[in-house]
Amino acid sequence: MKNRSFLAQNPSILWFIAAIAIFTLGATLMSEAAGTGLISTSFVKTLGKTLCLMLVAIAMDVVWGYCGILSLGHMAFFGLGGYAIGMWLMYARTEIIVAESLAAATIPPTPQEVSDAIASQIFGVVGTNKFPWIWTFADSLFLQLLMVVLVPGLLALVFGWLAFRSRVTGVYLSILTQAMTLALSLYLFQNDSGLRGNNGLSGLQNLPGLDGVPQATVSIAFLWASALALALGYVLFAWVVSGKMGSVIRGVRDNEARVRFLGYHVESYKLFVFTITAVVAGIAGALYYPQAGIINPAEVAPIASIYLAVWVAIGGRGRLYGAAIGAAVVSLLSSWFTSGGAPNIDLGIYVINWTDWWLVLLGVSFVAVTLFFPKGIGGLFDLFIRNDKRAPDAVEARRREAAE
Amino acid sequence: MSTLLELSGVSVSFDGFRAINNLSFQIGEPELRAIIGPNGAGKTTFMDIVTGKTRPDEGTVIWGEKSVSLLRMSESHIARAGIGRKFQKPTVFESQTVRENLAMALKNPRGPFDVLLYRKSAQGAARIEEIAAEVGLLDHLPRMAGELSHGQKQWLEIGMLLAQEPRLLLVDEPAAGMTPAEREHTTDLLKRLARKHAVVVVEHDMEFVRRLDCKVTVLHEGSVLAEGSLDHVVKNKEVIDVYLGR
Ligand SMILES: Nc1ncnc2c1ncn2[C@@H]1O[C@H](COP(=O)(O)OP(=O)(O)OP(=O)(O)O)[C@@H](O)[C@H]1O
Ligand SMILES: [Mg+2]
Repeated sequence: MKNRSFLAQNPSILWFIAAIAIFTLGATLMSEAAGTGLISTSFVKTLGKTLCLMLVAIAMDVVWGYCGILSLGHMAFFGLGGYAIGMWLMYARTEIIVAESLAAATIPPTPQEVSDAIASQIFGVVGTNKFPWIWTFADSLFLQLLMVVLVPGLLALVFGWLAFRSRVTGVYLSILTQAMTLALSLYLFQNDSGLRGNNGLSGLQNLPGLDGVPQATVSIAFLWASALALALGYVLFAWVVSGKMGSVIRGVRDNEARVRFLGYHVESYKLFVFTITAVVAGIAGALYYPQAGIINPAEVAPIASIYLAVWVAIGGRGRLYGAAIGAAVVSLLSSWFTSGGAPNIDLGIYVINWTDWWLVLLGVSFVAVTLFFPKGIGGLFDLFIRNDKRAPDAVEARRREAAE
Repeated sequence: MSTLLELSGVSVSFDGFRAINNLSFQIGEPELRAIIGPNGAGKTTFMDIVTGKTRPDEGTVIWGEKSVSLLRMSESHIARAGIGRKFQKPTVFESQTVRENLAMALKNPRGPFDVLLYRKSAQGAARIEEIAAEVGLLDHLPRMAGELSHGQKQWLEIGMLLAQEPRLLLVDEPAAGMTPAEREHTTDLLKRLARKHAVVVVEHDMEFVRRLDCKVTVLHEGSVLAEGSLDHVVKNKEVIDVYLGR
């Protein structure tokens, strides 16, 4: 009964899940794996990656649109999730290759020799052949999956605790989050960071031990996994921002001092929201990078998190589906424009080359949305649905009135 | 009647200006107390100090049977200890419904996980309706608080204060924006609350204060100028000079 009322109060959940399901099924049927081949495997991967970006966007919406914390560092958590899973993928695959090449040797290699061989394969590009300590658990899928959650979660917890405790808010907090993601990317750029410097981790699309499985099939598996994660993330966040928790979180956004005087420890709430969204961002990253195939420190550069905020703003802050739509539309348009999909416009004296001008277009759209359509793309839905989902009581009351 | 809150020797300066100057103040439980005084006397600043919004430069603020110092406690901790406040300028969550505002204030565990796992209960809903009826907002529960009139926002904030069930209620200028009938209702409500709780009311309206029929503290330039019954303090020469005579 409780569940029904939760769904009844948040009709967008069912709509959203239905849309994701239809989308995923449709993409699957059109894929090479299904034999139709209407869309290429690389496009299936683009769609799967888009689902991951939608997931990190709804996390961003919760932290920014609902709780009012303009974090410009959430892509750092996304990247850390990617690195965590990438370490296992690289390790396990290299281990198989090394085992094959050493199998021919007459004297069986010692475990140390095997380990050294793997290390020199992975770290040869940065001039070492020793495993850094952070690779301690890289041989265990289970432990690295745990790292996908723990590393972003702990970083967010520590960073958030320090920042919120000293009551850093507003633009100062945004700058601090930018500094965090910048520091992380600068650190990762170093060759002795233990994560292969600017080479990053590569070959992540090759799943260890599944060499026989074609990428067409792998891409569908990741598409489904991403869709499932997005759906679950949507339900989780819809639950968090509904009911009393949602009320307090939006209260923190609108007037945090007042929330304090009601007896709520605002810092704990911010920390909760910051950390849970960081964890989800990490999971989204762990699903994204095996589809991208490569992760390098540029992925956690400050600009990545700014794009994330732009997607959410264009999609519409303060409603989860808005953020998801914003991420999908803008990231797909972005790859269309920057991959030469959009025809260049020849103005005679000047040729508008979209690979260069896309960013200008994006910037202008961002400003236009901020100034003229603060509700973003998601606001269009208000034209169709008059019930304000954020005011279930109002809807209920109207229904009651209508019944009387 | 035992002492619930005691301030002694409290001073606070803003950029060299002494807004509160060696203030001492006590209130018991239950008790009703009115604070009057000219603009800028430090009435609101007094409440800021008690609720932890402003930290004094000097002095002590002692609370409750265990005589704990409020100066080391955070705003939210002070609120949980049982001090509730209605602000001079009504401060409600405008983009939330009246019901949501009251539900947020309702006395319940305040931790994030308590709140996350909180389930609406029949008692909670009944309590909200009871409070809404008390403050005349029963028909407005589903409305956005931002749509309410100034007077209704005052009522909503009073309702939120009631929902918190504090031991000490600090009520800053409740009557502003209210009709005469509403003022009367407010005085009745405050007097009724003061049978069990400690209630401090700041108000400029003398009729209102007279109807409260309680001990009055006159603040001036950050310290107590006079204290006693209204009839007693209005005869005080200094009070007439700085406040009433103007
Ligand atoms: N945060 C602050 N920073 C600087 N000055 C302040 C601050 N808070 C209060 N003041 C000053 O302290 C003095 C006392 O202000 P306070 O608001 O307590 O007066 P009040 O008695 O509530 O007056 P009113 O009847 O107008 O509400 C005023 O001169 C005010 O300008
Ligand atoms: Mg005042």
